[in-house]
Amino acid sequence: MSEYRGGAQARTALARRHRVRAWEPLPWIVALGFFFAFPKHLGFGTEVLVTILFALSLDLVLGYAGIVTLGHAAFFGVGAYTVGMLAKHGLWNEPLTSLALAGIVGAAVGLGSGLVLLRTRGLTLLMLTLCTMALLEEAGNLAHTWTGGFDGLDSLPIAPLLGRFEFSPLYPTTQYLYVLVVLFLCFVFVRTLVYSPFGQSLTGIRENILRMPAVGAPVPRRLAVCYTLSAGIAGIAGGIWAQANAYVNLGTLGLDRAATVLIMLALGGRGRLYGAFVGAIAYMVLSHFLSKIYPTAWQLGLGLLLVVIALFAHNGILGLGETVWRRLRVSRPLNMGAPQHRTPNPPL
Amino acid sequence: MTAPLLETRALTRNFGALLATREVDFRLDAGARHALIGPNGAGKTTLVNLLAGVISPTRGQVLLKGRDITGVGQAERVKLGIARTFQINRLFRGLSVLENVYIAVAERMGVAPSMFRPAGRRTDVVNESMHLLDTLRLTADAGRRVSELPYGRQRLVELAIALALSPEVLLLDEPAAGVPSAESHIILDAIDRLPPEIAVLIIDHDMDLVFRFAQRITVMVSGAVFASGTPREIGADPEVRAVYLGQTARG
Repeated sequence: MSEYRGGAQARTALARRHRVRAWEPLPWIVALGFFFAFPKHLGFGTEVLVTILFALSLDLVLGYAGIVTLGHAAFFGVGAYTVGMLAKHGLWNEPLTSLALAGIVGAAVGLGSGLVLLRTRGLTLLMLTLCTMALLEEAGNLAHTWTGGFDGLDSLPIAPLLGRFEFSPLYPTTQYLYVLVVLFLCFVFVRTLVYSPFGQSLTGIRENILRMPAVGAPVPRRLAVCYTLSAGIAGIAGGIWAQANAYVNLGTLGLDRAATVLIMLALGGRGRLYGAFVGAIAYMVLSHFLSKIYPTAWQLGLGLLLVVIALFAHNGILGLGETVWRRLRVSRPLNMGAPQHRTPNPPL
Repeated sequence: MTAPLLETRALTRNFGALLATREVDFRLDAGARHALIGPNGAGKTTLVNLLAGVISPTRGQVLLKGRDITGVGQAERVKLGIARTFQINRLFRGLSVLENVYIAVAERMGVAPSMFRPAGRRTDVVNESMHLLDTLRLTADAGRRVSELPYGRQRLVELAIALALSPEVLLLDEPAAGVPSAESHIILDAIDRLPPEIAVLIIDHDMDLVFRFAQRITVMVSGAVFASGTPREIGADPEVRAVYLGQTARG
């Protein structure tokens, strides 16, 4: 009867939601196709892939755990400077190990700051994440013997990948494929995480943080773990950015970067994994072309798009797509079953 | 006389100058059906918050099976067997009914920190969640998003989350509050069918429910225990009638 059908459907939906869907290889095929189709734009492509990785790390805290932060670039910058300072001062320049270090340092800073910050909520939390980042930025500015100060560190002597593949600034084929592989590995990790019981408890925190202690969940600890993992991935994104560009500057941990990644995620749709992909690509491609067409006022176009998204689709491009898709499916007469619903996000 | 399951000694809590709870000595026995009544502002919800560990008392003690748990936090008290529901729904509104219960069951079974196995593959958690939904007759709604359910069924999910914690003590803060009378029987039936081994403390204004359900009633007025006894004693107490039953009873 309908009772059993409803229960069985719910059980099946939960048992299957982590399965790889038919379209999921598509972004990776596109990314590989880009490598062969646009060999002259691999620099831009690499930048996009790094940004996707960074946006993905933000999605974990913002989209799944519901932590609104304006300071996520802090971890990106810490990762970038880890790679940059080690290489510039002749301490260590092997790419894979220094990237791992960038992740570890990012995670450590995330854990340290998270243990303090995550006791607060809402606007206080937002301001404190911003302050943490500003403090790190100023520290980077002051410690110029190590960090290069305002000028940053350039011409980083990054060793060839696996001892064989050079990072060439003019033909960034190595960078592109390297970033693609790292992005894929991090994506698999995040995807596994969000569909696990841990990920489910993060969505619980996002949906009702006050109920979670009443089901026995150690909310501060779980948020700290999530924040640490996310900071680690952001650190990897920053580290790989420094390796790919062979330089690092204070812009890696500035408000500009932190706000941009937040906008990208809002644009793509948070709490959806692929929102990071869609948002980063949409934002970067749009700014690329808009700045060519209207060199003086191109940000106006982006601003207008954001207003439209904020007003009519606060679940981003993917959320909009899901709504349209659902309407189309429901309106088909043969499909009478209960539609599958995605989690809506509360407005930011 | 058996040792009480949950007990308070001279429990006092003030918010600034307001004495929300004053010198409350309260006991809840194993398997009890205990009602807490009193006019609005009498401190009933504050007492539940003190018992659940949401707030800490200014003075006094909370004991569970004779052990002092006054300093134990909310999440840890859940692990010790104290669960509660909220007067105003606190649900995971964007998630399905099954996921709502899953979150609670996963916490109780210690599965929630697990990061690498898909949640849906934890059939032990899923089966337990579905079984619980079945006992509350929520199976048909398992896949629906909580925010889409009628309010009465949402109240049932509120109860389901608490029951998913397998509590020894269940604190129900106005379980039928806000439910239209046409739907309230769903909640009342569910409360009637609660496992007898759970000690239940219920706050409610519905005197029909209270007198039908409770084996023992505690009346609070202005933060203090005004009277305590069997439903018969409380119903016959002229002072209780004067301060509460006679004036505001709806039944």
